[in-house]
Amino acid sequence: MRGNFGKTTALVMALTATASMAHAEDVEVLHWWTSGGEAAALNVLKQDLAAKDIGWKDMPVAGGGGEAAMTVLRARVTSGNPPTAVQMLGFDITDWAKQGVLANLDSVAKEGNWDAVVPTALQKFSKYDGHWVAAPVDVHSTNWVWANKKVLDGLGIAQPKTWDEFVAALQKVKDAGKVALAMGGQPWQESTMFDGVVLSTGGPDFYKKAFIDLDPEALGSDTMVEAFKRMETLHSFVDPNFSGRDWNLASAMVIKGDAAFQMMGDWAKGEFLRAKMVPGTDFMCFRTPGTAGDVTFNSDQFAMFKVKNPAAQAAQDEMAKAIMSPGFQSSFNVVKGSVPARTDVSDAAFDACGKMAMQQLKDAAANGTLLGSMAHGHADVASVKNAIYDVVTANFNGEYDAKQAAAELVKAVALAQ
Amino acid sequence: MTTTVQVDFRTRLQNWIPKLVLAPSLGVIMVFVYGFIVYTVYLSFTNSKILPSYDLVGMANYTKLFQLPAWTLAITNLAIFASLYIVISTAIGLTLAIFLDQKIRGEGVLRPIFLYPMALSFIVTGTAWKWLLDPGIGIEHTMHLWGWASFHFDWIKNSKYAIYTVVLAAVWQTSGFVMAMFLAGLRGIDNEILKAAQIDGASNWNLYWRIIIPQLRPAFLSSFVILSHLAIKSYDLIIALTGGGPGRSTELPATFMYSYTFTRNEMGVGAASAVIMLMTIAAIMIPYLYAELKEVK
Amino acid sequence: MSAITQDTAIRTGRVTRMLIYVTLLVFTLFYLLPLFVMVVNSLKPLSEITGGNMMSLPKTWTIEPWRQAWSSAQIGVEPTGLKPYFINSILMVVPAVAISTVLGALNGYVLTKWSFRGDKIIFGLLLLSCFIPFQIVLIPMATVLGKLGLAGSIPGLILVHVVYGIGFSTLYYRNYYASFPTELVRAAMIDGAGFFRIFWRIMLPISGPITVVCIIWQFTNIWNDFLFGASFGGQIQPMTVALNNLVQSSTGVKEYNVHFAGAILAALPTLLVYIVAGRYFVRGLMAGSVKG
Repeated sequence: MRGNFGKTTALVMALTATASMAHAEDVEVLHWWTSGGEAAALNVLKQDLAAKDIGWKDMPVAGGGGEAAMTVLRARVTSGNPPTAVQMLGFDITDWAKQGVLANLDSVAKEGNWDAVVPTALQKFSKYDGHWVAAPVDVHSTNWVWANKKVLDGLGIAQPKTWDEFVAALQKVKDAGKVALAMGGQPWQESTMFDGVVLSTGGPDFYKKAFIDLDPEALGSDTMVEAFKRMETLHSFVDPNFSGRDWNLASAMVIKGDAAFQMMGDWAKGEFLRAKMVPGTDFMCFRTPGTAGDVTFNSDQFAMFKVKNPAAQAAQDEMAKAIMSPGFQSSFNVVKGSVPARTDVSDAAFDACGKMAMQQLKDAAANGTLLGSMAHGHADVASVKNAIYDVVTANFNGEYDAKQAAAELVKAVALAQ
Repeated sequence: MTTTVQVDFRTRLQNWIPKLVLAPSLGVIMVFVYGFIVYTVYLSFTNSKILPSYDLVGMANYTKLFQLPAWTLAITNLAIFASLYIVISTAIGLTLAIFLDQKIRGEGVLRPIFLYPMALSFIVTGTAWKWLLDPGIGIEHTMHLWGWASFHFDWIKNSKYAIYTVVLAAVWQTSGFVMAMFLAGLRGIDNEILKAAQIDGASNWNLYWRIIIPQLRPAFLSSFVILSHLAIKSYDLIIALTGGGPGRSTELPATFMYSYTFTRNEMGVGAASAVIMLMTIAAIMIPYLYAELKEVK
Repeated sequence: MSAITQDTAIRTGRVTRMLIYVTLLVFTLFYLLPLFVMVVNSLKPLSEITGGNMMSLPKTWTIEPWRQAWSSAQIGVEPTGLKPYFINSILMVVPAVAISTVLGALNGYVLTKWSFRGDKIIFGLLLLSCFIPFQIVLIPMATVLGKLGLAGSIPGLILVHVVYGIGFSTLYYRNYYASFPTELVRAAMIDGAGFFRIFWRIMLPISGPITVVCIIWQFTNIWNDFLFGASFGGQIQPMTVALNNLVQSSTGVKEYNVHFAGAILAALPTLLVYIVAGRYFVRGLMAGSVKG
């Protein structure tokens, strides 16, 4: 009866577009998951909440990896009317927490024992000043390479283990007249590659020093010059039309066998699965050569904003609880291509790549080599991240050579801090 | 009975009504435009990051702004983009208007075809042109399929030329609108003067150059205003067409301002760039306004 | 108004006419090309787009992308398509256009026929307001809407669009009315007609052409707005925000055919306005707005 009423309410709201129908036990959710699979996965959460009599007011704003949504959020917060929960990444959460607008989830976290099941590297972002302010939904990682197995088998290429093997493999593909590296020339894509390249050039300690501690010495070091040189090497393996291409079109090139490799985060897996390709037999997933054992991650979280009345607070707590339930964590991440934010979720529902990723996440978390992704705002605040983007893209597009790029990197980061 | 008093009251009321009618518009503009501009100027002197803050930091944001290579590039791009866009749109608009004015058959069909791009949002324009200009799938690819193997057009992929593709798409969108303004101007010209000049043996070229085009001055001014405000505000088109790339090569002040204010969490620097933009707009607009207000009595 | 239909007295030779027709044809193709690409690709299955030539006609024709974009594409958590958002846009656009047009007409009337000290400065202020970049008003506007209790509501959105539409609508009407003889208004005043009576009886009947221009301009601008709709719409997101959600999803499969169909659907009302009212548009422009 109540469920039915909720449905009717939603329908009436959609038809008459009146906000006044809202009742206290609603959560309003700002997010940018609007593509088929993700949105459908989020619908699972909506239904979980509906079962508890909590209504879901949807506020999707896609664009630029959440940039548009963050603009809208600013407008909402300044108007004194923030949404209940907002999809957020990395340092954005910390930045908003600093403004004192996020809610305190400690009681729910304690009840669900979040401290024990969420990797510490993630907690750094879900907590501010020792208090839980956000519920992590997933963990993506960026140091992946996706490859078309048929193309590799046809050319007699085995999975490259080291950087040199990788370059040799790329060369072999290029000599065979195919595109060696499928790539989309957008600053965030280039930087996503850069995550893996820096990690493989300098190892996790160097990555940490350069991107997380922002040590000027590391940023301008010979190792960084070498990393930029490797980017230039990669540049010689992309096709001339790479600039501005969407990442999924690059994936399509690998899927069709026009290209051999793509270096992209694990959201690319969805494209391969959708094309009915099977991991291990049709396509391969492996860590960027030279980064085995390390994981550069980014994690989508729902940051909870302070809401006024107790009923809304209760709804918010329920939502946080639902997000962290192992069932939702599994079903959502199977669809999204990522892995659960809790390390105690069963991997039964995941494919081979997903199982591998879950194991690697657990190991990296234990070894201290689970590092925030620079490209996706988990190593630095937005201003620094974008300053690094500027240099990476200038280097990749031939504006700076490797030496210049390293020097500019030091300057740009200093200016953005 | 007391008609004089009534008339007096009525006249006084009549004197007040026009001002009362104007008052709400003026009021909202003063608050929502000029008030907000003052607010932005203030923010540009603060250390605002993710949200407005009110700690003054002097000229720091401006100093930083002019140290950023991206800002210099954005300004240069705007100069290239705006001048080419305005000149080309005006030239095409004027040519098409003059041609359409020659008792053309099918004018009724052509006019909406030239005009319709203005109805589309820049997002749609940008997306469509992004596809057309992409060498791998667009015009170049098609030409190759049609057998013209040496055809080469990859400006959108080239840092040096990408800004010109932005000009192309923007011209496509608004030149028809400019055409409509010139056509309207042409239709308003008195034919008697033209006939007299023809009798005196003036060539068509001379007629246009000496008599008609000078009379189109108001249309030139109006299109200049509309084109320059679109050029300065260009944001959506860049985002949809090039996303500011390759690299950052097609960044404009509007995209710069947006990204610093909203995605880089450096609201102070964003506000400073907005102030510079506003000053540019004022520098262009105030002479125009001065001319405009002097002319009409 | 007889001048409107009058053609130029210029006469042209055969060769010149040929050249003119060829030029016009070339430009026709130039203007139609992107529309052609959008329409053609919206009628193809996705595999034909990612695998083939975007300029070629579909091998298999399908209207499925259109159906999806309209009623079943995933916009948020519910696969609603663009349909529900269409209504939101209408609810916002119609009042906003009406109010800003009426205000523009009244302002133009006051500024030309009831001039007083300082009216030119006021007009200058109104006109300069057209040029403010919308990105900078976002944050202060949000504060004000919040204080007024209008955040996330249709009236809030209407207010925003009216505020930033007044400048242009006043510009159009003022320039149009400026060319209308003030003597007629004076005469009516002497006959005892009041402010509104003169507006209603004398100004309004001649305002047809410029009203068309003003409505087209405002309708297009407000309909196509994304920034305000996304920021201040709250639960009532307009069509452009929905289109953006359809097209811009960053991690996920991109269905380009559905995107193109959606883009055309979102542009349909403005396209319709231009095509239907296009002829009056040139007339209206001619009748006034291009005068200085």
